[in-house]
Amino acid sequence: MITLQHFLVLSAVIFSIGLYGALAKRNVVAVLMCIELMFNAVNITLVAFARYLPATAGNPYGPLTGQVFALFIIAVAAAEAAVALAIILAVYRTRRSVNVEDVNLLQS
Amino acid sequence: MNADSYVAIAFWILAIGMVLAAYAVVALPRIIHSALALVLFFFQIAGLYVLLRAEFIAAVQVIIYVGAVTVLFLFAIMLTNRSYAPDSNPANRQWIAAGVVSLGLLGTLLATLGRQTWPTGGQVPANATVLLGQLMLGPFILPFEIAAILLLVAMVGAIVIARES
Repeated sequence: MITLQHFLVLSAVIFSIGLYGALAKRNVVAVLMCIELMFNAVNITLVAFARYLPATAGNPYGPLTGQVFALFIIAVAAAEAAVALAIILAVYRTRRSVNVEDVNLLQS
Repeated sequence: MNADSYVAIAFWILAIGMVLAAYAVVALPRIIHSALALVLFFFQIAGLYVLLRAEFIAAVQVIIYVGAVTVLFLFAIMLTNRSYAPDSNPANRQWIAAGVVSLGLLGTLLATLGRQTWPTGGQVPANATVLLGQLMLGPFILPFEIAAILLLVAMVGAIVIARES
């Protein structure tokens, strides 16, 4: 029997893997991919809540609120990926590097 | 075998595959292999959404993540570095601290989840996609419109930032 707990533990494991990658990778594109891993882990959590939790009296929108939140996260993640990759291209054009340690324009 | 055991088998196959694919994204030495592992991960998430009776989210996942975001990543890799170099996806100097932080977060989350009990008995209505559309264009119309404007602004911004000046 698969319960809500299984999905939450799976989501926690994937989120931690994504957090490790976002902190430890040197290539900016790899950091972005790990951030996408974290977005997807959160989406698993929201859709699993929509599937397993009963609708309560305090929520007027019914049992699908989690799926609505997941859709908005997907939209924001797509916008974030587009802008971030444009910034990566602009940085690469001026610094000839995608190494996060080479982008230190604000460092004194 | 009843439906529950089929769901359990599918869940464990998808869960093990997803953790392996996520680990491959982080650990593989060539960045292009990481991007391809990410495609596998996105597909398996879509399967997990089908298990959770969220068919519309599964379709959106395949179209947007597998179709669009992956192509963006592949273009960024292609335009920036030698994607097949064996050292194109290295770890930086902080990888020990990053491992400690993420393992600590994982331990905290698992300890919290182990103590928590959730109410049961929820179920997804049969016409979930219809209800989802009615929610998006009914009570959630304002966030829906804001998301539309956000996507437009992000698209214009991406073009302006990436353009040769």
